[in-house]
Amino acid sequence: MTLKRTEVEKIAHLARLQVTADELDAVAGDLTNILDLVAQMESVDTEGVTPMAHPLHMAQRLREDEVTESDQRERFQAIAPATENGLYLVPKVID
Amino acid sequence: MNWETVIGLEIHAQLATKSKIFSGASTAFGAAPNTQACAVDLGLPGVLPVLNRGAVLMAIKFAAAIDAELGRRSVFARKNYFYPDLPKGYQISQFELPIVGRGRVELLLENGDTRTIGVTRAHLEEDAGKSLHQDFHGMTGVDLNRAGTPLLEIVSEPDMRSAREAVAYARKIHQIVQYIGICDGNMQEGSFRVDANVSVRRPGEELGTRTELKNINSFRFLERAINFEVERQIELLESGGRVVQETRLYDADRDETRSMRTKEEANDYRYFPDPDLLPVELDDALIAEATADMPELPDARRQRFCDQYGLGAADAQQLTASRALADYYEQLVAVCGEAKMAANWIVGELSGALNREGLAIEQSPVDAGALGGLLQRVVDNTISGKIAKQVFEAMWQGEGTADAIIEARGLKQITDSGAIERIVDQVLADNPEQVANYRAADEKKRAKMIGFFVGQVMKASKGKANPQQVNQLLRGKL
Repeated sequence: MTLKRTEVEKIAHLARLQVTADELDAVAGDLTNILDLVAQMESVDTEGVTPMAHPLHMAQRLREDEVTESDQRERFQAIAPATENGLYLVPKVID
Repeated sequence: MNWETVIGLEIHAQLATKSKIFSGASTAFGAAPNTQACAVDLGLPGVLPVLNRGAVLMAIKFAAAIDAELGRRSVFARKNYFYPDLPKGYQISQFELPIVGRGRVELLLENGDTRTIGVTRAHLEEDAGKSLHQDFHGMTGVDLNRAGTPLLEIVSEPDMRSAREAVAYARKIHQIVQYIGICDGNMQEGSFRVDANVSVRRPGEELGTRTELKNINSFRFLERAINFEVERQIELLESGGRVVQETRLYDADRDETRSMRTKEEANDYRYFPDPDLLPVELDDALIAEATADMPELPDARRQRFCDQYGLGAADAQQLTASRALADYYEQLVAVCGEAKMAANWIVGELSGALNREGLAIEQSPVDAGALGGLLQRVVDNTISGKIAKQVFEAMWQGEGTADAIIEARGLKQITDSGAIERIVDQVLADNPEQVANYRAADEKKRAKMIGFFVGQVMKASKGKANPQQVNQLLRGKL
């Protein structure tokens, strides 16, 4: 499977990564290599093997439903680029 | 030719946990912006999510309530998209292996028929924050208090065939999550959100292209949004157009649905298992713990109300609409001992008064014990049903207990036959003509004519004479 430049552009946009025009061919080549590796693995017979969701063979630990966090808004907002009335401000977005 | 409507619903129920699904921040509604958004909720570097046990227990409860297969092993996945109220750039959700599998609910339709609606799945996920689009010097404000609040997304099969059925199903889920205490069901505050997938087709054909309706915050709007959308799609198809798969927002003010500006790569979420979370395994002990305190479910309770209290299906349905109302009814019956009378009072006077003031049963100024005290006085003939309504109004206004009001206003029914006899004699003496007419009439007419005398006696006694005694005395004397 060979990725096209347009596909790389789309993936880059979805991930909000900037890939310049002269980088596109190289990135497409790298990603294609990765996909080839996956294709190779797909040829292995996995009949009867449980799909793995996580490399650790453990189950998720659960925490009790208790409020353990206190309000630290001042500290968090001190490192935010812009805030007002307790809100974080971001460049305008419209639905 | 006819069109068939096909509807499936996606319901987001906020789970009533104290803390968030992956952090120990509070989920309380209405706090000052960002005071309940901790490092995990903000997606700061180096933090790790740890799953809330309470949210898992609630999901198990829901599975039990809709007779669903339980996902003994479920997996959290990342749903990737960029929006400022989603700090991590992905929402932790479940994709291939949800915690609740296939289940079903039964609807009781208005004509008395039942209908089974399939639930495809329900999965745990985190809510996003809120973007405030009013102008902050050309910027958008973000409040992340809601980010990380646990949601159970309940996905139905496309089993509904009309807006009414969709509303009945949504109400059923709403009723169930409140009964089992996993969601407060508050639609205004967004604790219970309904999205509708709507399509139309010719009967017997493949499913048509669907649109997804969002921004619906009441059952009434759900019905209206679907009806509008069905009409729009039919008109489009009949005029040779085609339906575009898209998300549409319902605008309640204009009563219409509008296309959301389609984002280029909408629904390209690139799900993958979240490496920060291990698979969730439900063991028998956890399942037993979750289901140990399952309350009686609405359908079972409705049936029991019919069997145990001799109520009709409609009354039983109305009285079990919410757990609080059903509890109120059973407390009332326990106090007054008259199941049918208790039902009539709740369906009639009490519901009327609550509706008038826009109150929920939990907010009723007259509790079940107090109303029971009033009905006891009707049962033991201290007052008539008619006077009881006056007393109820006074209780509603906070004038005290039934007994205190009856005493203070002198409303006690006159059961002293001597006193009633004196009034009866006076009425007969004042109306010689009617008496003569009555005596001359045949039995059939008399039955109607006696009403006049009863009315006069009741009027003279200011409604306090015992009606049975009045009737008896009148018949004897006439």
